[in-house]
Amino acid sequence: MQTRTLETGVGLFILAGMLALLLLALRVSGLTVSTNGDTYKLYAYFDNIAGLTVRAKVTMAGVAIGKVTAIDLDRNSYTGRVTMELERRVDNLPSDSTASILTAGLLGEKYVGISVGGEEELLKNGDSIQDTQSALVLEDLIGKFLMNSVNKDKEE
Amino acid sequence: MHRRSLLEQIALLGRSAIDVVEAMGRSALFLLHTMLGRGGAGSSFQLLMRQIHSIGVLSLPIIVVSGLFIGMVLALQGYNILVSYGSEQAVGQLVALTLLRELGPVVTGLLFAGRAGSALTAEIGNMKSTEQLSSLETIGVDPLKYIIAPRLWAGFISMPLLAAIFNVVGIWGSAMVAVDWLGVYEGSFWASMQSSVDLYDDVINGAIKGVVFAFVVTWIAVFQGYDCEPTSEGIGRATTRTVVYASLAVLGLDFILTALMFGDN
Repeated sequence: MQTRTLETGVGLFILAGMLALLLLALRVSGLTVSTNGDTYKLYAYFDNIAGLTVRAKVTMAGVAIGKVTAIDLDRNSYTGRVTMELERRVDNLPSDSTASILTAGLLGEKYVGISVGGEEELLKNGDSIQDTQSALVLEDLIGKFLMNSVNKDKEE
Repeated sequence: MHRRSLLEQIALLGRSAIDVVEAMGRSALFLLHTMLGRGGAGSSFQLLMRQIHSIGVLSLPIIVVSGLFIGMVLALQGYNILVSYGSEQAVGQLVALTLLRELGPVVTGLLFAGRAGSALTAEIGNMKSTEQLSSLETIGVDPLKYIIAPRLWAGFISMPLLAAIFNVVGIWGSAMVAVDWLGVYEGSFWASMQSSVDLYDDVINGAIKGVVFAFVVTWIAVFQGYDCEPTSEGIGRATTRTVVYASLAVLGLDFILTALMFGDN
């Protein structure tokens, strides 16, 4: 009897430990077991991806529909190529949809937002989005603003 | 007390250095013999169960309670700072990364050294001083196999599991404080956590840390008990040494492991 309760205690302890590891993997790191099969790939070429990282969200109307899986430089056009994996159930994107790099809040992370176009033709696996809008780089903006004010001073 | 000559002092330094190296060699040989000792599986499973119970299961309350409070405090402090930038939903990310990468394994290691390591040393030291170990040897039972090995394995098995439980309880406590008390939106709390925590970089690396610390702490505790001077004072000193060495080893190794795992990005 004594050994039986002891063994039950140990068994429960080990189960609790395994369960904890599983929870960490699934709930905390957001690992999803089944999404690998039902996604499709899209590419988008941006002039400047400034700050976008792999695993960033891809959203449409604010709803996450996929994630960024790779970012590399396209050698021929000197643009950043972003590879995205979108959920298969969102397979009705028109071919003239636009992708833009957005920021969540003032200091938040960068993500890709897709807005719907109006074409009849749909984007398929491996297609690329033509119409893109690059990340807003604060330094560029300030630079332009300064140039403007300098030019104005000259005119006066 | 007469003044020692310079030569004597140098000799003293040399002797203490030799002692340290000798102890390290002894502990390595001790570990090797224990791990590689021939095992009769039947009875040693019972022994292992008993040790996992006293080392792991009975350490659960302190681990759960400290995990809960550390998670809650992290959430509270993180919220107070983050709310002034309007990004209080990042509390989830902050707590999860802090716990998984550092605090989970380290605090568990320290608590484990204090709760279970000291008890191991004292128990084995007491067995040595009452000559139980040598009488086992006289009747032909290898004390390394019968006494030491189950305790060593129990420590290796228990502590990584305790660290995982610590992490989960800590994250749950932080969710309780941040979501239920401070009113962080629940969806963004979990989303910021899930988008920033990586299974391999964070969860697996944290688990590796837990395994390493388990190994080191249990090894130190068991060896200090086995190697102690067989007197009451000797046991006391060995227990102190276990807690001090094990804590320092955990903190030092944590820095090295962090530098290896997260240092290059």
